[in-house]
Amino acid sequence: MNWFDSWALTLAVFLPAVGLVLVLATPKAQEQTVKVIALLTTLVTAGVGVGILARFDYNASGRLQFVVNKEWINVIDARYHLGVDGIALPMFALSMLITILAVVYSWNHFPEPHNPKAFLALILILEVGMNGTFVAQDLILFFIFFEVVLLPMFFMIGVWGGPNREYASIKFFLFTLFGSALMLLSFLALYFKLGTFQIPALAALHGGEIAHGTQVLMFGGLFLGFAIKVPMFPFHTWLPDAHTEAPTVGSVILAAVLLKLGTFGFVRIALPILPEGAETWAPWIGLLAAIGIIYGALACLAQTDMKRLIAFSSVAHMGFVMLGIATLTTFGINAAIFGMVAHGLITGLLFFVAGSVQHQYHTREMSRLGGLLKSAPHMGWILGFAAMASLGLPGLAGFWGEFPAILAAYDPAPGLSVTAFRTYMVIAAVGTVLAAGYLLWMYQRVAFGLPKPEFEDAHIHDVGPAEWIAWTPLILLTVLLGVYPQIIFGVTDRAVTRIFGG
Amino acid sequence: MVTIAETVTTEVAKVVDEPWLLSHAWIIPALMALSFVLILFFGRRLPKRGAEIGIPAVVAAFVMSCVAVVQWVQHVDELVEGEGGGGEALRRLGRSFVAAGGEGAISIRPITDSFTWWSNGLVKFDIGIQIDGLAVMMLFVVTLISMLVHIYSTAYMEHDERYTHFYAALSLFTASMLVLVIADNSLMLLSGWELVGLCSFMLIGHWWEEKPNTNAALKAFLTTRTGDIGLLLGVIVTFFAAGRTFNIVEINEAALAGKGGHTVWLIGASLLLLGIIGKSGQFPLHTWLPDAMAGPTPVSALIHAATMVVAGVYLGARMYGVFWQGFSIADGGMNAMAIIGAITIIVGACLAFVQNDIKKVLAYSTISQLGYMVLGLGVGAWVGAIFHLFTHAFFKALLFLGAGSISHSGSHHSFDMRKDMGGLRKFMPITFVTFMIGSLALAGIAPLAGFWSKDEILATAGQSGFHFFQIVGIIGAVLTAAYMTRCVYLTFFGEYRGHGHPHESPKAITVPLIVLAVFSVLAGFANAAVLGIEKFVEYVEPRYAFPPVIIPEFETTLAAVSVMVVLASIGVASALWFRREELGPLRGLTERNALARAGYTFLVNKYYLDDLYTDGVVAGVKGPLARATYWFNQNVIDAVPNGLGRIVPMLGRSLYDHVDQGTVDAAYNGLAKETGQAGGLLRRLQSGQVQRYALLIVFAIAIFSIALMLAR
Repeated sequence: MNWFDSWALTLAVFLPAVGLVLVLATPKAQEQTVKVIALLTTLVTAGVGVGILARFDYNASGRLQFVVNKEWINVIDARYHLGVDGIALPMFALSMLITILAVVYSWNHFPEPHNPKAFLALILILEVGMNGTFVAQDLILFFIFFEVVLLPMFFMIGVWGGPNREYASIKFFLFTLFGSALMLLSFLALYFKLGTFQIPALAALHGGEIAHGTQVLMFGGLFLGFAIKVPMFPFHTWLPDAHTEAPTVGSVILAAVLLKLGTFGFVRIALPILPEGAETWAPWIGLLAAIGIIYGALACLAQTDMKRLIAFSSVAHMGFVMLGIATLTTFGINAAIFGMVAHGLITGLLFFVAGSVQHQYHTREMSRLGGLLKSAPHMGWILGFAAMASLGLPGLAGFWGEFPAILAAYDPAPGLSVTAFRTYMVIAAVGTVLAAGYLLWMYQRVAFGLPKPEFEDAHIHDVGPAEWIAWTPLILLTVLLGVYPQIIFGVTDRAVTRIFGG
Repeated sequence: MVTIAETVTTEVAKVVDEPWLLSHAWIIPALMALSFVLILFFGRRLPKRGAEIGIPAVVAAFVMSCVAVVQWVQHVDELVEGEGGGGEALRRLGRSFVAAGGEGAISIRPITDSFTWWSNGLVKFDIGIQIDGLAVMMLFVVTLISMLVHIYSTAYMEHDERYTHFYAALSLFTASMLVLVIADNSLMLLSGWELVGLCSFMLIGHWWEEKPNTNAALKAFLTTRTGDIGLLLGVIVTFFAAGRTFNIVEINEAALAGKGGHTVWLIGASLLLLGIIGKSGQFPLHTWLPDAMAGPTPVSALIHAATMVVAGVYLGARMYGVFWQGFSIADGGMNAMAIIGAITIIVGACLAFVQNDIKKVLAYSTISQLGYMVLGLGVGAWVGAIFHLFTHAFFKALLFLGAGSISHSGSHHSFDMRKDMGGLRKFMPITFVTFMIGSLALAGIAPLAGFWSKDEILATAGQSGFHFFQIVGIIGAVLTAAYMTRCVYLTFFGEYRGHGHPHESPKAITVPLIVLAVFSVLAGFANAAVLGIEKFVEYVEPRYAFPPVIIPEFETTLAAVSVMVVLASIGVASALWFRREELGPLRGLTERNALARAGYTFLVNKYYLDDLYTDGVVAGVKGPLARATYWFNQNVIDAVPNGLGRIVPMLGRSLYDHVDQGTVDAAYNGLAKETGQAGGLLRRLQSGQVQRYALLIVFAIAIFSIALMLAR
């Protein structure tokens, strides 16, 4: 199995590209073939993922495993360096899972203008970028994967999106690219200061000899790059527009995986490589996170469109993740990684359901909806489940992303202002009530009551087979991780402790 | 760490085997959880639609809980054997615990079992059980009431279209409540606490077609969750204050030892108190509880009277060390907990007078009685509070189920006492007699259950130096007796005013009523100090990591006074209601006297608290605040990118105009498309848009590079 160990990550990242070539080689008219190829590709990729999960040494989850480290672009000293550790593994696995579910759900839900071939091709490109970002150990490689996801999502929103798709897609593209540019500059600055692009080597230097002010400035570049992706208040405005216009599957992938590229960047790159910069920035990150929690929740309360509401809820939820990260403690960062996975599962599910509701009712205006429990009981129950998970009910995954982040804020890393972080803690706790408010009001408007007269005679289909297949894994994982969070904590803790344990 | 238990008590040297069921008590909630899953997945396909799973499960849980009670009693007896034998010795030691400053008192550890559930970054979370007298008492109460409600509902909910869901939710509720009860750590307790909240939400909103029901469900969830801010933060504060542990025993030990100073425990206790206020319907967050009556009546009895709403009181009792230390209860005087309880007693009781819905009378009564429990905890009457929790569960569940029986068979599904009831004693003898027993027990007539527990609280309050609160308690008793007299009169006496054909309810309903009536009569004798029975002192009061609360002497005067004022109150109220015709001058007082009218209006409007919350706080947040935030988002924050999106192309345009005349046409074609007609996304990309962001990026890079260079 040595062969597997040295090829596994390469396969997991580039098999979707092979599938992409096959899809492109298939005539557009043969829709069924295209779908089967895409599905098989994601399944085989996930098969490699399962192999990685099986052969991963969980007792050494602090160390990079399945490492590939080859020469790549010698001129600039960039290397083809991949590896996975406990921090990357959960998101890496989630990314592969979500891609399968996206393909399955799309099976007979292709949005206008249809064209499954192009749509699935984009999903496969996305997978290359997502999987690659989580395992890249070279800054240039990371940057390339980070950017690879940009174009397919741009097209997905711009071509398959809603009425205002052009504005939304361009906004998405510009925002992200703006951040990326500054991020790249900081990467280059790191190279010139420390002489390498290798993430493990850079992390081991703990900022090296870089002067404090320079660290702060370089961190600023990274911060903008990642914070826009997360997105953090006040860089979040691209997100509601992107989500509102994106097709269902686009929203799911965007919420479940793409946003995490930002938070992952903080944990993988910004914090370990520039610890001094992080310390200076942390109170401000915490402040923006706390504002985001309340601000996102309040904005949710003003929404009439169900999907836009869920989009704004991401701003609030990612606030909890960022609060955990901003504490700079091992506990907070573990909580943040858990929060990333939990948010991916739960918000992914919420977007799926919102998509199906739109598919059935042809509207997302909550004032026109109602009585989902009557018209489509299963869908109503699943929406209720997702809402409860999202508001952080103990026993479901959301709680373990939220509560530990709040707990961590009580006791931030040495050097950080305890007063500031305890204030954020209280703000975050208030945010949990607002979260319950907007989610339950949404649920009341969509699911409770009786269907509105205009839909009384409408034939509303309940959850169909493709939806069941796509949603069941999310539901099961939400319960499983909620009941036994050690599944994630057990994997992340060693890696987090090794890097942030001081 | 030096613990209070070690300093003031002597450990029992003897090692005795832990009874098996006690160290495996998790089986009881696990059974109910299994029942939930089975009903959820298979219930609908079964002939009795799920009840045949739920009822045997809860009966088994009840039997196991009874065994647990017996085993705990035996366990304690075994431990103290040789100290004079059995309960008598304990009682003696219990008193000496206080009398001699704890010297020679016995320490009995709870039976615990736990293992690590997760750990990371120096935080460890154990999942485990803590079984002691308090826990087994709660196991008994919860499973008994739950069992009776399960049986009762077979008749009451018979024709409900979501019968299976109802039973699934009952099982889930029971399981969650038991998790809360046996939890050995604050985080697990919090989990059970939130899950019972979920069940409460589901069951209040059981008939979700109607907007008022779902409004009530949301109100209940959101109001208790507002209190949960306090619980959440309180758990966090106590976690750190006790030295990074969620373990309740360790937290109590640390609190009693005053570890880390008094202030942190004051903060912790205040935060936890906020959680209690939300969950146990204390002023000012009590407003959700009357609305929660929108749920099916068995649910009101189980969740909103006997069990879930006492979770707050249970939390107070469980983490008593924190409150004892935080609120300096030992010093007497005023403290937040006692004050909240006292206000709630009066506020709740007053509102019970102006309700026409029988369930709302009972709901406000529950609020008031919960006030007694919280007040009890606040004045150091730990035993009294928990004893009152115990007796209240029986008589209040009885009253609610009685109200359900009336609506089921007497008033044609109405709860309006004025319109649809009256004179029912002739038609529903069993319901009438049991309801009377419940009312008398609630009013505190000796020797029914409520008398003993209320007396225990009042006696302790007086003997611990809380005389003010003793008086509030007596006033509350007067009010209670009066509003229950009104309620009983309107329901059972006078002429029948309804339009149905009242008759007695079926056995599935009357048998639970009779069982509860028996308990309402007898439960008080579990701790009747004057008769020399103090089972709660002997077996329920913790003897480990627990503050030196006093065990009050029975005061004949106090008992006599409280019974007399209650009787007097019943007498006056009866006179007012039974002989209304003869009391000409008093009739219509509220119409003639401005002050009386104002007072009445004030009460009918529930002190305007609902208006304040609904129209003030909630509407304010949902309306102006949320809208303002969103407006800010769309028009201020978004103005930056939108503005850039407009300015940068203009800038680009002028650059091209002046710098590169030759390519101006091409650029114009591209840019014009942006404003003009459609032309395909890709074409746009090739033209104007690309230039837009390219320029933007160039600017960004330039600015940032300059900054970086300056920093070198």
